[in-house]
Amino acid sequence: MRIRGERGTLQAQEQRLAYLFLLVPVAIVFLVIIFPTVWNLWLSFHKLSLRDLRTSAPLSLNFTMYSYFKVFGDPDFTSSLIATLTYSIGGTLITLFLGLGTALLLSPKFRGRGAMRGLFLIPYIAPVVAVTFTWRLLLDPRGPIMTALVNVGWLDQPLHLLGQRPLAMMTLVLFQGWRYFPLAFLFIMARLQAIPRTLYEAADVDGATPFQKFFYVTLPQLKLILATLGLLRFMWTFNRFDDVYLLTSGAAGTKVLPVLVVDYLIGQFDVGAGAAAAMALFGCLTLLLIIYFRWVMRRAEQVEV
Amino acid sequence: MRLRIEWSIIWFLRVVGGLVLIVAVAFPFYWMIIASLTPLARLLADPTDIGIHLGEMIFTTYPEIWNVFHFSRFFANSAYVSIVTVALTLVFSTLGAYAVARLRFRGRTVLSRGILLVYMFPAIAVAIPIYVIFSKLGLRNNLNGLVLFYLAQTFPVALYMLHSYFKTLPPDLEEAGRIDGCSRFSVIWRITVPLSLPAMISVALYTFMIAWNEFLFAFLFLDSPSSYTLPRGIQAVANNVNVSQQLLMTGAVIATVPVVAVFFLFERYFVRGLTAGAVKG
Repeated sequence: MRIRGERGTLQAQEQRLAYLFLLVPVAIVFLVIIFPTVWNLWLSFHKLSLRDLRTSAPLSLNFTMYSYFKVFGDPDFTSSLIATLTYSIGGTLITLFLGLGTALLLSPKFRGRGAMRGLFLIPYIAPVVAVTFTWRLLLDPRGPIMTALVNVGWLDQPLHLLGQRPLAMMTLVLFQGWRYFPLAFLFIMARLQAIPRTLYEAADVDGATPFQKFFYVTLPQLKLILATLGLLRFMWTFNRFDDVYLLTSGAAGTKVLPVLVVDYLIGQFDVGAGAAAAMALFGCLTLLLIIYFRWVMRRAEQVEV
Repeated sequence: MRLRIEWSIIWFLRVVGGLVLIVAVAFPFYWMIIASLTPLARLLADPTDIGIHLGEMIFTTYPEIWNVFHFSRFFANSAYVSIVTVALTLVFSTLGAYAVARLRFRGRTVLSRGILLVYMFPAIAVAIPIYVIFSKLGLRNNLNGLVLFYLAQTFPVALYMLHSYFKTLPPDLEEAGRIDGCSRFSVIWRITVPLSLPAMISVALYTFMIAWNEFLFAFLFLDSPSSYTLPRGIQAVANNVNVSQQLLMTGAVIATVPVVAVFFLFERYFVRGLTAGAVKG
């Protein structure tokens, strides 16, 4: 009895200590993420402008669908949904493609491989502000690249790569690939090196050509990591704000949902509409995630059977 | 025959693909530096001239942006925000991760799953309510408010990384320390922390990168120039019509050099942090 009692207090002590250790992280996550998310829902059901905010108590109970009607009725919203999907699908595919290509390129050992790997990670590590402004100047119609293309005679007129439909969206997708392929590459490379050598030896015995080895050995082994990466990249591209805002400010058909959210907030001073648009973004993301997971689950089952 | 064709295709793709990638990755950074050192007149007269002309380089843009455009201030702000974020992340996530890895308490499974969920959370979804709260509480233009938000972003990754690292450490050493009469705190400080130094460094570097590069919240919450971080400062300078390309690129170089330098100094640790945190970003 006594021993049990002592153990009980020890355990209680351990539990108290654990709560103490976790207090700050949990409190901050609650304060800065969980509570605001719930409150965002609340805000989306209010008609609230930035100016009201200073005077009125934002805890009023006058619920209204005003913001949702405004957002869903906004032609910008529909086009922004399309833009977001184009950007996310295109950006994800090109990131995976470049990541896979780079991983295959750097998988054999050769001199300078380490240096190349280091170099390839820089686009992701450098501040987004620095790289977006550099590309903006580089791609400017009067900038070095366009001037060179016109001088060589490949173009009659300089193209407005960041200010013209549909070029602006294509440029954003390419930029997405340029900036995030390092991540895909790191993951794919790690998986690539974990593929058992024996699989390739067996393929060699069977007389497989390099292409056959890639399609029948390498690719199936990478399927899972490619699917996971694809999902994650899709999600993160879907709510990406910085890159689009800094490159085009949402001009020429590139106003993606996150940019629309910020535009409602600081462009139109409409807190309610911003919150409603953020809820829409959140809803889309959740929906897509569920669909994706069910699809992956079914596929996984089929593969196993 | 087929084998030879395939190998030549592979070699062709390797060489061409490799060269294209090297140029595509390195060229913007090269040009960023060159543009910050080339006189504006030259840059405008012939934008295609991207060579290095040592004799004509000017170095006036750096002192100019540093002093006249207050980049010294922005740099100090960025350094403050990053260092405080790194330090607080390390302290609190070490304790938290230790609790999750070693202590038994109710809600442990919920918590370790919750970590992953928070980790996936899109920042834009909380931008508006935080904007409202920070405005109400007077936390806008306050660098500590920014730190608070960055901590919420770094904690999940740091907790996840450190907790999985702590789990790989044998508990025997800590038990020995306990038997010798060390308190929990000194066990963590004297045994767990030194043993997990590599993971700690990875967390520190990853956190530093997040805080140093972050734009969205710096953009939403800082509107007085005295509180700008470097990314916010560069964006503000870019909107100023009086600022030349040259100065903008100078600012970009100033913001890029510290992160890239840190990356090359600690590449191995940095990559480990990236792969753990890469799920995000």
